[in-house]
Amino acid sequence: MALSEKIKNTINGIRHQFPTEQALLIPTLLEVQNDYDWVSLEHMKDVGEFLNLPLSKVREVASFYTMFKLAPMGKVDLQICTNISCWLNGADKLVACAKKKLGVAHGETTADGKFTLNQVECLASCGTAPALMINEDYYENVDEAQLLSLIAQAQNDLEAGKVVGKSTRMEGVWP
Amino acid sequence: MMYNNEHFEPVITPNVSKPGCETIDFYMQNEEGYKALEKALKMKPAEVVDEVKKSNLRGRGGAGFPTGMKWSFMPPNPVDANGNVKPKYLVCNADEGEPGTFKDRLIFTKTPHRMIEGMIIGGHAIGSNKGFVYVRGEWHKEIRLMQKALDDAYAKGFLGKNILGSGFNFDLVIYKGAGAYICGEETALLNSLEGKRGEPRLKPPFPAQVGAYGMPSCVNNVETFAAVPYIIQKGWEKYAKMGPERSGGTRLICVSGHVNKPGVYELPMNLSINDIIELAGGVKGGKLKAVIPGGASAPMLRADECGVLTDYDSLAKAGTMAGSGGLIVMNDTVSIPEATYTLLKFYEHESCGQCSQCREGSHWLARMFKRILDGGGTQEDLDYIAKICANMAGQTICAFADAVTGPALSSVRKFRSEFEELITKGGLHGIGRTESVSHEMGGAHV
Repeated sequence: MALSEKIKNTINGIRHQFPTEQALLIPTLLEVQNDYDWVSLEHMKDVGEFLNLPLSKVREVASFYTMFKLAPMGKVDLQICTNISCWLNGADKLVACAKKKLGVAHGETTADGKFTLNQVECLASCGTAPALMINEDYYENVDEAQLLSLIAQAQNDLEAGKVVGKSTRMEGVWP
Repeated sequence: MMYNNEHFEPVITPNVSKPGCETIDFYMQNEEGYKALEKALKMKPAEVVDEVKKSNLRGRGGAGFPTGMKWSFMPPNPVDANGNVKPKYLVCNADEGEPGTFKDRLIFTKTPHRMIEGMIIGGHAIGSNKGFVYVRGEWHKEIRLMQKALDDAYAKGFLGKNILGSGFNFDLVIYKGAGAYICGEETALLNSLEGKRGEPRLKPPFPAQVGAYGMPSCVNNVETFAAVPYIIQKGWEKYAKMGPERSGGTRLICVSGHVNKPGVYELPMNLSINDIIELAGGVKGGKLKAVIPGGASAPMLRADECGVLTDYDSLAKAGTMAGSGGLIVMNDTVSIPEATYTLLKFYEHESCGQCSQCREGSHWLARMFKRILDGGGTQEDLDYIAKICANMAGQTICAFADAVTGPALSSVRKFRSEFEELITKGGLHGIGRTESVSHEMGGAHV
């Protein structure tokens, strides 16, 4: 297996912007994460081969950043901010509600492989706390009722075969 | 509420509530957009640096270092050992992640061109032809909006080759982070920009000598860049006059927590914390208990200390810091040990692990606070916390360890009786509280 042509093309398209090959490592890993929802050891080998970097360099970077998931995830990554301002404004209730609804603990994926429940670091939405992320999309000033409807919506969209939580993509704008 | 400051006017946010304010057309029609660039390109680089120096603009990311001075550290004509000219890089730190801070996100979504114009002017001032905008990876929407803004600026000829016929070239590229709080530290950011682990570097050499890709580099915060067009357009004097002696201009203060009207407020720095809370609609759900004045890393203030002014020097004198401008308000229903644990848990996860004092210290602090909350704490623990903090602050490569000790030490010093109550009465359960569900959650790593 090698890296997909799509990812190679994307990275080749931005190569001229950076003085070193290693600078492309994080962008490439982000593309892998985006396309496969996680970064496997196989992917890391492919990335190393593509960028001419030893596997150790790829691995030490992939394991450093939280956005690179080193194990398969649910289709919907539900990440709730529980840092100070969200915590002061009821993030706790959201966590309890999500745990109950999905029947999973922190870091776990539902049995049907649809949802993973996670905590995310401060999202810079403290003025509109509590905040959460569904894949790429932000939701702010969330209460329990909205959380339940977001989960239901995501469930419906998944069943209908739609992409969930990537609503801010713009045509012709990278990334 | 009077600002009590006749010189004050909003520099960055005059129009952020108007529809379409993020577009290049709006910026050019209503905010004299890119006029400052035109003016700056007719000035000599040293004159631009001088203007910024005299404006007393200080870094808005946290450290509060004078921006003009930082720019003047850039070597004029760097060459390598073979006599080849080295490129210089200008880097924008948009890795906003200090808990309680959300101003850069506002600039990204509402007035991105102000920051872009500030960066181009900065590039001219330090003699750089290439800039990087390092943005935290979670900002998917914000990154796209910024990329759109960059594309629009290129289309109008404000970026690229021979800008406005001046012969000056400047390119701007977005670099997406991948989720690490430490990358807000400027040398960690540079490592991340090079595709490496975001581990801070030992200084010296400073970034002005050896920065991104080994080249002289200058890193500034989003808000810092966004203030530059105003300074150039209206002159340093007008900007400097708005603030106290060594803190020119306005600040974006992010008010969050227990207030009725949380949000970003652009304010002069001669207001007290109490004034700002009043502006933000007052404390909600109880009486004021404590305030964190400059993002999570700033030591807490008790309610009776909140008369302090919010300029850099006054806050430093009060034993805390202006930091990133994140003002977190807590009412009297909050358990301070529990709130502090919320922060320590975060720091424990985000320590990069290079220095043992920080890696172990942040871990032990979080464990000890948890033990106290669970009812297993002892009086000696409180002294141990101080000891651990003394072993961390100032002992490490970067200021992260100092940041951890900010909330840890100040909470124990200023709210000691709350800790003692938990120790003598058997933790949160002993005083009739239940612990937060979210505290069972560790860090975000899978």
